[in-house]
Amino acid sequence: MFAILGLVLGVILGLVLQPTLPPVLAPYLPIAIVAAFDAILGATRAYLEGTFSDRVFLVSFSSNVVIAGLIVFVGDQIGVGSQLSTGVVVVLGIRIFTNAAAIRRALLHA
Amino acid sequence: MPDQTPLTPPEPESSNPGRARRAAAPRRNLLKDFFRPNRGQFSIGIALLLTALLVVTTIRSQNAQPEFSNVRQADLIQLLDNVTAETRRLEDQVGELEQARTELVSGADRDQAAREEAQRRLVQAEILAGTVPAVGPGVRIEILDPEGRVTAELLLDAIEELRDAGAEVIELNDSVRLVMRSHFLMDEQGNVTADGTVLNAPYIIDAIGDPATLEAGARFRGGLVSEVEGDRVEGSVTITQLTQVDISTVVTPPTNQFARPR
Repeated sequence: MFAILGLVLGVILGLVLQPTLPPVLAPYLPIAIVAAFDAILGATRAYLEGTFSDRVFLVSFSSNVVIAGLIVFVGDQIGVGSQLSTGVVVVLGIRIFTNAAAIRRALLHA
Repeated sequence: MPDQTPLTPPEPESSNPGRARRAAAPRRNLLKDFFRPNRGQFSIGIALLLTALLVVTTIRSQNAQPEFSNVRQADLIQLLDNVTAETRRLEDQVGELEQARTELVSGADRDQAAREEAQRRLVQAEILAGTVPAVGPGVRIEILDPEGRVTAELLLDAIEELRDAGAEVIELNDSVRLVMRSHFLMDEQGNVTADGTVLNAPYIIDAIGDPATLEAGARFRGGLVSEVEGDRVEGSVTITQLTQVDISTVVTPPTNQFARPR
């Protein structure tokens, strides 16, 4: 329940406060968001399988976001920015689908 | 609420009852845990809060920014190349279309010019043939012939001299339009006839042309005036220059029997 509360609170805060982002971070935000999705789904899957640990989750969440952003940033610097970002998105997408499939199997046995 | 058993599909009786129990156990814990505050929930809540914040902010900033501010340089360059190639292609097309339009317009102009030329020639032909009334500056020559000695030859000479002086349309006595096939005769009574119509004195010649030249053409030595006012005819001539001479008599042109265009 706290999770859902957190989600709703985040949406409300985002709509109400309207924080402005530093424009230098703007290209990396979409990647960070996908990485965050992946971390959250992984945590949910771990929880449903009984292997959840909040410490692991927090570390993996922040490290996913930071590492994804770093990869894309370095890729931009060395000139393969779009390719690396595509690669990161593909990998994260695969992990999201895998985790979602595991969650679905755990919840619905289907 | 913690004692509620959630609605689940009936689990198949597997060979391993332990697994079924283990699978059933988290199911009940799930709902209990969902509503019990613990650290796991808290951390997930924080994470979801941050994520939701990020998502909403990103969506808002994407909407606010111009379209291409997040695109990478390589992509932008490729986009620019595509747009430039497209622009060049479209400019070529514009050039072709403009050329086609110019050709069409000039073609239409040529058409129009040809039509106007044909119309001009038609008007000229009609005036010459005498099928339309004409108007213009000219002279009116009145020949008084008290002795009745004006002959057809004299009138013919006069007409020819007027033509030499540039008369474009000539009418006699307001009744005879002189055209190419006009002829003068003397009938049995000694009257002058033009194109079959009897002319009686006084003879009035209406001519359209340059008034001064026409008058000079009539008055020169040996011309109309000297002939009429001379000893043989002893008549008198009055020449009036007019700014507008109306010639309304028309003729119907007969069809040629023998002559054809080559």
